[in-house]
Amino acid sequence: MGRYVARRLIQFLPVILGTLFLLHILSVLTIQIVGDPVRALFGENAPPDAVIQQLQSQYGLDDPCLETTGNPCVGMFVDRLGQYAQGDFGVNFRGRPVMEMFLERMPVTARMALIAILFETVVGIFLGVLAGLRKDKFIDNFVRFSTVLLIAFPVFVFGSLALLFVGLKLGLYLRNSEWAPEWLGQMFNVGYNPDYPWLSLMLPGLVLGSFSLAAIARLTRTSLIENLRSDYVRTARAKGLTTSRTVGIHTLRNSLIPVVTYIGIDIGLLLGGSLVTEGIFNVPGVGQLVFLAIQANDTPVIIGVVTILTVVFLIANLIVDILYAALDPRIRYE
Amino acid sequence: MSDISAAQAASAPEPTGAPEETPGSNRTLWGDVRYELVRNPVFWFSAVLVAVILVMSFFPQLFASTSPNTRGACQLENARAKPTWDKPFGYTNAGCDMWSSLIYGTSKSVIVAILVTAGTVVLGVASGTAAGWFGGFTDTVISRITDVFFGLPFILGALVFLAIFPTRNILTISIVLTVFGWTSLTRVMRGSVIATKQSDFVDAARALGATDLFIIRKHILANSIAPVIVLATIGLGAYISAEATLTFLGVGYQRPTVSWGLLVSEGQTLATAGFWHLLVYPSSFIVVTVLAFILLGDVLRDALDPRSR
Repeated sequence: MGRYVARRLIQFLPVILGTLFLLHILSVLTIQIVGDPVRALFGENAPPDAVIQQLQSQYGLDDPCLETTGNPCVGMFVDRLGQYAQGDFGVNFRGRPVMEMFLERMPVTARMALIAILFETVVGIFLGVLAGLRKDKFIDNFVRFSTVLLIAFPVFVFGSLALLFVGLKLGLYLRNSEWAPEWLGQMFNVGYNPDYPWLSLMLPGLVLGSFSLAAIARLTRTSLIENLRSDYVRTARAKGLTTSRTVGIHTLRNSLIPVVTYIGIDIGLLLGGSLVTEGIFNVPGVGQLVFLAIQANDTPVIIGVVTILTVVFLIANLIVDILYAALDPRIRYE
Repeated sequence: MSDISAAQAASAPEPTGAPEETPGSNRTLWGDVRYELVRNPVFWFSAVLVAVILVMSFFPQLFASTSPNTRGACQLENARAKPTWDKPFGYTNAGCDMWSSLIYGTSKSVIVAILVTAGTVVLGVASGTAAGWFGGFTDTVISRITDVFFGLPFILGALVFLAIFPTRNILTISIVLTVFGWTSLTRVMRGSVIATKQSDFVDAARALGATDLFIIRKHILANSIAPVIVLATIGLGAYISAEATLTFLGVGYQRPTVSWGLLVSEGQTLATAGFWHLLVYPSSFIVVTVLAFILLGDVLRDALDPRSR
């Protein structure tokens, strides 16, 4: 186990450097081809060159290598890495550090992502097990049909519809009704309410987790069906173990291995989806920061936050991979 | 052409009255797939839907007489008019006919999806075949590059680069989505090629003195492309969804282009004010289109994967 963790950590280094370099080289290439974002910010009413030059140096865009197309700007990348290591991910157009805004908004996004992950794993695995155990019966067809339908809903469509029909119509009815308790109305609210830090994130969290819920349910179903056919399950049954033990202990544990891998990938989806749900439900999290920065054309914030989120994603994946080895002993001997 | 498609072409114009094929008779792989597909109602449902969507994107004038971009097509006095019996789809925020906006918006999403899928398939098949066939150093380099691309969450990566572009159009959106999308096909193709490489017919061809390029062209590609076809079909739906999401976030198409993502983002704020049709109609067009491609891909996967039968 220790050797596996060490090897995984050593592999992690080139991947994180490579990903940051990819982000760097693509942004440098784009700037070289289409011109720098400071000028784009002003459009046709450009201020004097001195102002532009001052802004360029403020955002680290004054490197001469940005003027020759095709130059990878390695020196600039090394400088940036040094800044990243000190927690400096740039400033927004008003001069506030991106890292500071990120840390301020992180707890809300973390809560919403936690709700989404809990919802999608608990409900997804439950549905997958139900469908897998009754293959080709009604419940199986129902789960298969509803998960395909759920996958076809892009998060922003699902979120907008949920906001309208659940948050507004149902939620307003609940909040105005005599019988419904206060917390029930807050659970289906149209926006974030700081007085209910968990409940008012319920609806955006469920929307965020819905896509992966479908994916997890299908994954669990397929791998459960595959494992139920295997020899060790037949042996367990022949030994006279009860169904709940063969399914619950022997089959399910093995069927959940691909699900754990998926959760690693899923963190990337959740981060992308959080931009959409936080934008729609007005949740003051990290996603909304990017959502608002896009509307304000605040490119340094977009690049800075996406860089931080990429690092978060890679670290989360590393943790999932290590947990995965704890779950599946075969991996360590590779 | 490869033996398989030649066999398929030969068996395609079967004279009428030929005995019905039964499972277990001598059929090629693709004959098997065809046998599975024509008996599956879900296949027909999704295939017809996909066909309608394609016709809609290339010949919108068949479905709606006037484009919302023609002069005088949109009247501000009609803005946000609710659906009536005459006009069951109502009018958009700009006073354009909702139905024709949706019809003319189809091509914007579909063309991006087709361009991105074509680009990712070419890149993914080429790099995946190279990695799987040559192995060794080539494989290491290509696999590490895909690892690095997987380190960047898809929507976030695409968003950063589209945000830097001052103008976004079909070409820039397609290029950015292709750059971030090809690696998943590379991985699938690589695995598939490695599995095919170990077959006896590849050894036989090599023993007969075939060159690498000949074996790849005649044997490897035809026998390992199946999972790529499935993934590409699902990808068409996924890229339509991705394009609409990016447009919704504000880094995709921009006004005055008519596109589904823009209609939803416009409808999202107005729907809460009582104009539900501005949100519900564009949403359902997106969902039905994505659903059609996902279902088609699912059916193809079931037909192409003999283990699931």
